[in-house]
Order: sequence, then structure tokens, then C-alpha cells
Amino acid sequence: MHPAFSVIFLTTLSGVGQGLFLALVTAQSYAAVGFIELENPSAFFGIGSLIALLFLAAGLFASFFHLGHPERAWRSIARWRTSWLSREVIVLPLFMGVVFIYGVLHYFGWDPNVLGVSNPLQGQLSLLVGLVGTVICFALFVCTAMIYACIKFLQEWHTPLTVANYILLGTASGFTLATAYAAIQAPHLTTLYAVWAVIITLSALVTRVWSLLRNRRIQYKSSLRTAVGISHSNIVQKSQGFMAGSFNTREFFHGAPRQVFLAIKWAFLVLVFPVPLLLLAAGMGSSAVAVLLAAFLVQYAGLIAERWFFFAQANHPQNLYYQTVG
Amino acid sequence: MTQLALVIDLNVCVGCHACVTSCKQWNTSGPAGYMSDDNPYDKDPTGTFFNRVQTFEVGNYPNTETVHFPKSCLHCEDPPCVPVCPTGASYKRESDGIVLVDYDKCIGCKYCSWACPYGMREIDEHQKVMKKCTLCVDRIYDTSLPEAERKPACVMACPTNARLFGDVHDPESEVSLAIRERGGYPLMPEWGTKPANHYLPRRKTRITIHEDELTRADNPLKKERKQAPHTIEGPTLDDSTMW
Ligand code: SF4
Ligand code: SF4
Repeated sequence: MHPAFSVIFLTTLSGVGQGLFLALVTAQSYAAVGFIELENPSAFFGIGSLIALLFLAAGLFASFFHLGHPERAWRSIARWRTSWLSREVIVLPLFMGVVFIYGVLHYFGWDPNVLGVSNPLQGQLSLLVGLVGTVICFALFVCTAMIYACIKFLQEWHTPLTVANYILLGTASGFTLATAYAAIQAPHLTTLYAVWAVIITLSALVTRVWSLLRNRRIQYKSSLRTAVGISHSNIVQKSQGFMAGSFNTREFFHGAPRQVFLAIKWAFLVLVFPVPLLLLAAGMGSSAVAVLLAAFLVQYAGLIAERWFFFAQANHPQNLYYQTVG
Repeated sequence: MTQLALVIDLNVCVGCHACVTSCKQWNTSGPAGYMSDDNPYDKDPTGTFFNRVQTFEVGNYPNTETVHFPKSCLHCEDPPCVPVCPTGASYKRESDGIVLVDYDKCIGCKYCSWACPYGMREIDEHQKVMKKCTLCVDRIYDTSLPEAERKPACVMACPTNARLFGDVHDPESEVSLAIRERGGYPLMPEWGTKPANHYLPRRKTRITIHEDELTRADNPLKKERKQAPHTIEGPTLDDSTMW
């Protein structure tokens, strides 16, 4: 498939925003049961939610560039019963709304004790909103990933590993950002976040490498034989019906030379996993903001490469019909 | 229920592209608006088409065969392109099974084109909506046309009659008979899309002729003449046939 930058930025940016939100709720849940103490929580959660919201908004903005008719985007909420894309279009703004409410509740300290319980579990409205947000956040990850995973003939995508990768890679980048953010705003949380960022990044490494290995030994169900319906082991295309390009040759081929394709694979394997892990390990003890910020930026750059590769690697069966110009 | 479809006979298609040009002509002049082209007379021409004719070579030299392969939306009975559409712009008509795109609702997200395993949908680069074969839905029901012309433009144009049009759910229709009797098959059956369009395979046409059918051992026209001694041993066809 041809990787479109609009979709690459949509999925990676909203992944960061979702992961950062999960990181905030994690800290609040820890504090609610008394595992950690929070200093100045209203600013920490308020500004953190704002940052998450900015990432989500940037992702939403990028997604509009994918549409031929962005002014009709509202129509895409219509088919939520059948279309994962429609579901994503509904869940993303819903999630942004919850993040907004979460941030506002914290920032202005509107946190009535709705559960009526006191220490250690404080019945906080914001905690409830955070938990609802967590559910919606995972729903959004699932919707985004299922857009790709549900197409059964894109065999590289049609696996639960796609969903696992979207969840883990997005959450990893969010926790890495949360580590850098904590180093600035609440240094006593840096280690907590760094440890989680390392754990999630390692889990993502497992599922992503797993999916790479799976995709290496994929058996394609379609062949030129089933595509034109002639049983012969030697079928060669002589003409695709036109001399120059068409939508079919532009949309479904990544067009990059083999070396570039492989270089991007190795680039993401290095940039998403070992480099941020080393930087996180180096920066977490001393809460070195620059090192932790670098960890996030490197990982994010790696995720752009990862997403590019994710699209480029998928082999659409329609490509069987577009092998030879002539 | 009706399911309109094309049946394409690969045995007689000569790859002349008459269906491609007539399709483009009819549909670019239709009420749904033009089908845009870029650089039509220049380097790298490209444009929107509903129908393409491709060419494949089958076999090992010197025993090869050229197969011309017309390719357009197959109007699948279980179309994977329809449920993925977030707006409902892509739909399958209950009444006749034609899969259509509502150009006023389409947001141009291209998701349906990813979900068609055959690559039958093409985005119009200028109108920014998804396009595909409509089975000439604006022709086949047009009562101002003579009955015989209420067929898709490609079917009308085909000089070898390689394109048949009809209801594949009616067991007695011309298309159903062709599928049944001439081995019609769907493309990529492995994805369960149940394409309504079918293709008729290439056929080998051989006649079996024996040597004694070529050489008349005792030509009755020349009965009066002196017979040349014939070279075939034993009884011949003429010995056992009443002419
Ligand atoms: S051929 Fe493709 S576009 Fe046409 S109905 Fe089937 S899946 Fe949809
Ligand atoms: S491109 Fe148009 S028809 Fe296709 S899925 Fe998107 S909105 Fe639906």
C-alpha cells in the first residue's frame, strides 16, 4: 500500500495523546490508593491533559488531509454499525471531549467526592472521568487498528497483532512523553513513568517483532491464477490496459526501492526500541529533561518510520493485476 | 431477487478496447458528471476509467496463448467494499444488486478501494469521489431508448459479443445459461465476495479428422471412371456409410 502521511500522522499523533492520557490516569489511580503522593496535582493533570489534547487535535487535523471532501467529514458517522472507520470518527472526538473534561476538572479543582469514600480511595469525580476515558481510549485504539486489521485480504494486517501493536506502540510513546513531562513538572513521578515506558516499549518490541516474523512467512491466498481464473503455472502480464499510471498503480504500491524499504524497517526497529530504552534508562535517575525529551522525539520519529513500513509492507491482491506496463 | 451482471467470454475477447472507450464516452457524458483525465495527450496520461482491458500471456513459449482480460466492478453479491464505507455512500441496491457510489455523500476517504480485492474502484482525482462501474444504471432502465439498447454501453460496443448482460439469479437467462453451460467462473473465489460478474474460460476448438475422411477412397462422382488403386488398407469410411 502507498503510505499516506495524513494517516501516518493521524495514527502516531493520536497514539501519543492516548498514551499520555493513560499515563495521567495511571498516576492518579496510584495516588488514589495511596501508592504515591502527588505534589500540585491540578497543574500536573491539567497541563498534561492539555498536551494530550493538542496531540489528539493535531492527529485529527492531519486526518482531514486524507479526505477528498473534508467538508463532508461529518457524514462519516453514519455507518458505525458496519464500518470501523465510522466508529473511529465517532470515538476520537468523544475521547477528546473526555480528555478536555478530565483536564478542566483537575485544573480548576472541581473534584467533588462523588463516591462518598475517603482515604485511601478518594471518591473523586475526576478519577471516574479518567476511568471512563481509559475505556474510551482503548476503544479508540481498537477502532483505529481494526480499520486495517478487518480487511481480510490485506493479510499482513489481518491479525490480532495489528491491534496489539497499535495499543502498545501508542501507549509506549505516550508514557515516554509522560516521563519527559514528569521530569519537568513532577520529578518524583519520573521513575514511575520511566519504568512503565520501558515495560510497555519492551512489550511493543515483542508484538512488533512477532508480527514482522509472521509477515515474513505469509502465504498469499490470491495469485495470478485465481485473479484471472486460468490454471497455468506460467501467466505473465503483457499489458495493464494503459501506458502510464492510474489510481491503481499510485494507491497500492509504495514505490520505494527495496533498499529504502529495508532501511526504513531497520530505522524503526532501532529508533522505536533500543535508543529510547537507553535514553530512558540514562535519564530516569537524574530526571534529565533533555535526555528524556530526546527519548520521546527519537521514539516518535521511529514511529513515523514504523507506520510507513506498516503501510508499505501490506501487499494488496489488486497488485496482481498491475505488474507490467505495456 | 434480481442480480444484474456481466458475463465476459475470454474465448472471444480480442482485446480491442471498444468496451473501454464506449464506457468512458457514455459515462463521461452522463448526468453524474465527467470522468476526469490528466495529460490526455501528453507525457504520463492518466484518468478515471470504469473498465480496463488487460492482456496476459499464458503458457511456455512456443505454446503460449494471449488472453485479453476486461476488468470492471464485479458487483459482488457480498461486496466487502460496502460495509467499510463510513458514510453509506457505497451501497448495493436491493432491487437489482448493482453496487453504486452516491457521489454527493462520498467523502473521498478511499477506504472502499482498499476493501475491494480486485482494484475495481478508482478515485476521480478532480472530483475527489470514488468511482466505479455502474452497469450503466442510467441506460438500462431508460425507457426512451429502444428496448434492444437498454444494455450497458460496453455490451453494445463489443464487436465479438464477448460481453453478455443479464440477471444471474434468473436460471433461464442468457447469462445464467452461459455460466452453467460454458463453465463460467468468478474471480478470486477465495475471499467469499461472490462476484456477480462471471468469466467464460478459453476453449480449445479441435476437430477430429481421420485420414480416410480426407481421401475419398471411392468417390461416387467418378464412379464411371477407372479407379486408381487406393492406398488405404482395410475397410474405409465409404465402405460402411450410406451416402
Ligand atoms: S468488484 Fe470490488 S468494487 Fe465491485 S462490488 Fe466487488 S468488492 Fe465492490
Ligand atoms: S471513498 Fe467514498 S464511497 Fe469509498 S468508503 Fe470513502 S466515503 Fe465511502
